[in-house]
Amino acid sequence: MGLFRYTRRTFARELFLLAIGAVFAVPFYIVIVLSLKTNAQIMTSPLSLPTHPDWQNYVQMWKGTSSGTVTIGRSLINSIVITVVSVVVLILVGATCGYTLARRQSKLSTALYFVFVAGLIMPFELGLIPLYVAFRHDHLVGTYVGIILLQAGLLTPLSVFLYAGFIRALPREYEEAAQVDGASLWRTLFRVVLPLLRPITGTVAVLTGLFCWNDFFYPLIFLSGTSKQTLPVGVFQFTGDFTDQWNLIFPTVVIALAPMAAFYLFAQKQFIKGFTGGIRG
Amino acid sequence: MPAVRERGPDVHRAHGRRTRRIVTAIRPARNYAGPRRAPWLLAVPAVALLIVFRFVAPIEGARYAFTNWDGIGPAKWIGLRNFVEIWNSPVTRGAIWNTLKLAIGSVLVVNAVGLGLALGLNRTVKSRHILRSLFFLPVVLSPLASAYIWGYIFDYHGAVNRLLGALGLSSWERPWLGDPHWALWAVFVLVVWQFSGLAMVIFLAGLQGIPQELDEAAAVDGASSWLRFRRVTLPLLAPAITISSTLTLIFGLRIFDQILALTSGGPDNATETLATQVYEQTFENGLFGYGAAIALVLGVLVTAIVITQLVLLRTREARA
Repeated sequence: MGLFRYTRRTFARELFLLAIGAVFAVPFYIVIVLSLKTNAQIMTSPLSLPTHPDWQNYVQMWKGTSSGTVTIGRSLINSIVITVVSVVVLILVGATCGYTLARRQSKLSTALYFVFVAGLIMPFELGLIPLYVAFRHDHLVGTYVGIILLQAGLLTPLSVFLYAGFIRALPREYEEAAQVDGASLWRTLFRVVLPLLRPITGTVAVLTGLFCWNDFFYPLIFLSGTSKQTLPVGVFQFTGDFTDQWNLIFPTVVIALAPMAAFYLFAQKQFIKGFTGGIRG
Repeated sequence: MPAVRERGPDVHRAHGRRTRRIVTAIRPARNYAGPRRAPWLLAVPAVALLIVFRFVAPIEGARYAFTNWDGIGPAKWIGLRNFVEIWNSPVTRGAIWNTLKLAIGSVLVVNAVGLGLALGLNRTVKSRHILRSLFFLPVVLSPLASAYIWGYIFDYHGAVNRLLGALGLSSWERPWLGDPHWALWAVFVLVVWQFSGLAMVIFLAGLQGIPQELDEAAAVDGASSWLRFRRVTLPLLAPAITISSTLTLIFGLRIFDQILALTSGGPDNATETLATQVYEQTFENGLFGYGAAIALVLGVLVTAIVITQLVLLRTREARA
């Protein structure tokens, strides 16, 4: 049965897919090559390999814009702080609530589980304006606390949903054994349950971290023009200040894309698992 | 999903109690009666966040939609006037159409491309692992930042026009992003590049759930590759199709970052979407009531379309 042998047709298919791959890779080639050229070179020969890579673009980009907005370096730090803290909050909040929902077998916990599912579907754009008004009133606009609260709030249903689903499939025996041995609730949670949750915690961290890191809409509204602006907002303002100066825009784009691209290469399985969890689970 | 489990044997419980008494003597522990008694307290933070961010705020937002509030002064109830204005204004009505065009177009094309890539890369091809990583890479990158690369590609002095020039097709050169007729197509190309990899990994996961033997059995019976795809693979991919098309539809309807980076809704409002209009009307024009009304339209649209689609696809899945 030659169904899965490497035949001449497979070779043709391979070439075809490699060609599509090359098309998909063009934007990455462009952004790297152009970030290393002067604007004059970009006008004359944009797509050739840079013979003399020009790192000046990166130096100038790193210094920031003349209009006094926050530098890209500072935006990078803001993004890291906001993403890391939000993810930690989402893990704690999601794991504890998911545990309760999955382990309690009452009508109330089932009902609450469906409330969370409804919360997942609920159109969150609608809440944007009231949240902005409330945050403005409480001086949370332009603060770490405000944006972390926002990201945690918006992504909580996702985190709880993932944890609850995972814990339901987890045998109770471990916890019962710990209990038999006299462990307290907290000890059981931290020493027994939490280690068992490692696979799903990885998924939750990667998925919510990705959404936090890449989010632009909320940081634009809640952080724009403040010292706490995140990387995407920083890139947006930087490009606004340097319209059409691709030699300066592209180093910023490279800096904005590089951390996530590197992380992806390192934890690719987790990323794909996060997006495809619903298929096999 | 495990149903309610039987309680453990009583010996166990008695033993547990005794052991606990001994342990308690050493280290006073709170009474913990096992996983079934997980305290509600643990759920409180998440439930509070859920209620505030996913229920109270949206419901409050829906109320603003019926007012003429400007963000500062008192709000006046004006009934459905915002919605009449949304329908009458060519900008917002255009935004509704653009949103629908982008969303529906991307569901069809992104899923077709994603399915093609998944089928092509499922087995045998040697470079499949690296190609999969490459196709999925745009999914994890910042949509805003990567959109600027496409801003250059479609720029008047950018890659597409240079390529056309080099091919002797200078008459086809145009300011793609500055031409109301073409700008939405440019956004669409970016969306296909960005999300095809997502559809691909979902379909790949689905394909991996299909036993090879089925395909082989059909081949032994003399079924052509098209027939095998149509009668074996596609029906078994139904759950993957549901998930992939729902996700791409939601991303398509909410499209914002890509537009702001490429065109800011221009030229001549040709690429305005509901999400960009929510932002502009509320935070640039200060029309909080009107912006909330557009957000309500978007929210209802997303919910209605997604639920319809899920129902349709689920019935298809059940039949398959």
